Amino acid sequence: MATYSTNEFRSGMKVMLDGDPCNILENEFVKPGKGQAFNRVKMRNLMNGRVWERTFKSGESIEAADVIDLDMEYLYTDGEFWHFMKTDDSYEQVAAGASAVADCQNWLKEQDIYQVTLWNNDPIAVTPPNFVELEVTDTDPGLKGDTANGGTKPATLSTGATIKGVPLFINIGDVLKVDTRTGEYVSRAKT
Amino acid sequence: MSEWRPSASIEHLQQRAGLLAQARAFFAQRQVVEVQTPVLASHSVTEPDVQSVQVPGYGYLQTSPEYHIKRLLAAGMPSCYQLGPAFRHGEQGRLHNPEFTMLEWYRLGFDHHQLMHEVADLVDLMLGPKPYQRLSYADLVGDAKERPRGALDLAFAEACEGLTPGRFFITDYPADQAALARINPDGQTAARFELVIDGVEIANGYWELQDPEEHRQRFATDAEVRQQRDLPRMKVDEAFLAALTHGMPACAGVAVGFDRLVMLAVGASDLSQVLAFRGA
Repeated sequence: MATYSTNEFRSGMKVMLDGDPCNILENEFVKPGKGQAFNRVKMRNLMNGRVWERTFKSGESIEAADVIDLDMEYLYTDGEFWHFMKTDDSYEQVAAGASAVADCQNWLKEQDIYQVTLWNNDPIAVTPPNFVELEVTDTDPGLKGDTANGGTKPATLSTGATIKGVPLFINIGDVLKVDTRTGEYVSRAKT
Repeated sequence: MSEWRPSASIEHLQQRAGLLAQARAFFAQRQVVEVQTPVLASHSVTEPDVQSVQVPGYGYLQTSPEYHIKRLLAAGMPSCYQLGPAFRHGEQGRLHNPEFTMLEWYRLGFDHHQLMHEVADLVDLMLGPKPYQRLSYADLVGDAKERPRGALDLAFAEACEGLTPGRFFITDYPADQAALARINPDGQTAARFELVIDGVEIANGYWELQDPEEHRQRFATDAEVRQQRDLPRMKVDEAFLAALTHGMPACAGVAVGFDRLVMLAVGASDLSQVLAFRGA
């Protein structure tokens, strides 16, 4: 397996630390003028999402992680696994467990494309696009002129997710554009 | 298309030009002579934690003008300074660049305390006056005895980063971190100081060691450490030792990271903002 030296560390590089694959976020060079050199590295543990800060002696090497991000099409869930298919016409499928899909469950729509992170070919994370379009399956009928809630109401989407800040004019069956980073309503999708 | 634009803004580069002129005027007023010594030379520093850039067939890009300026002093040059490029292999980051501008000067008859006052005068001129605090190395990291050097260096670096805001002179380094400073009469500490401003290491100065034999011993220690760490072997600069044997007058000297000072003066946080071109 390849290794990377601290002076090769760049943000986005995937390395192994304490047995988990990590994504390097920042690499700061620290050196007193007459003293030894260090690299203070911030990285995200891709298994649990936590950000770790570690200090290495400059020139130290650590193992590279076999991690790739692939665009894949979401097919269906059998309740235990969520099945995705490669988009390279290979029809190859992977099954992601609940810990990999995590919050992305709220935004999964069949036949849409998601980024699946594979570690040694196993899916460890699923990332939705920044914006998804989902249908409203339940929301109170909005009365014109009702501004008690600042003119908005919650709505339940086809995935089961509930979002807030939906304008009163939205009805069941409308398709909404949602920002997956904040979980907020953006607009009514043009149909 | 290739990135061709400067890394610093034109405004910062104009401010930098003003600061260069200000520094030169400061020394002219004090009758400190500007000198220019080789940037490319056959020998370079032996210190294990300072790596030189080797130029095949020629020698090394200099990590500091120290050896050459001391040879000038031994030959009769009065107090003098050099303001120009210095190079350190492998140093790259927000506060490091392999090529940087060093302002190094030597004052005949000064000790390190007098020199600290002069450093403060220059900094006050360039950044505006502010008070200075004095701290010892032990104030920052505790007792250095029996602790591995690597752990100490990291603790020291982190303690310095924490010295913000404010201007701090750090003194009384452990004797084994004297570099080319005299050892204090206590036998435990070195007559060495550093200046840290807002968490950034700005200057490193010594009451200069004069004894050629002690130099030779320190170089031998450096060579041992280099061998243990598998670092390139550095030949001892015999011309430098010959100059010391001839006799270098008592003096104190200091090196200032000029780019870092410019960075603080313009309110920047990264050297890229004050270097015309970074990594080009």
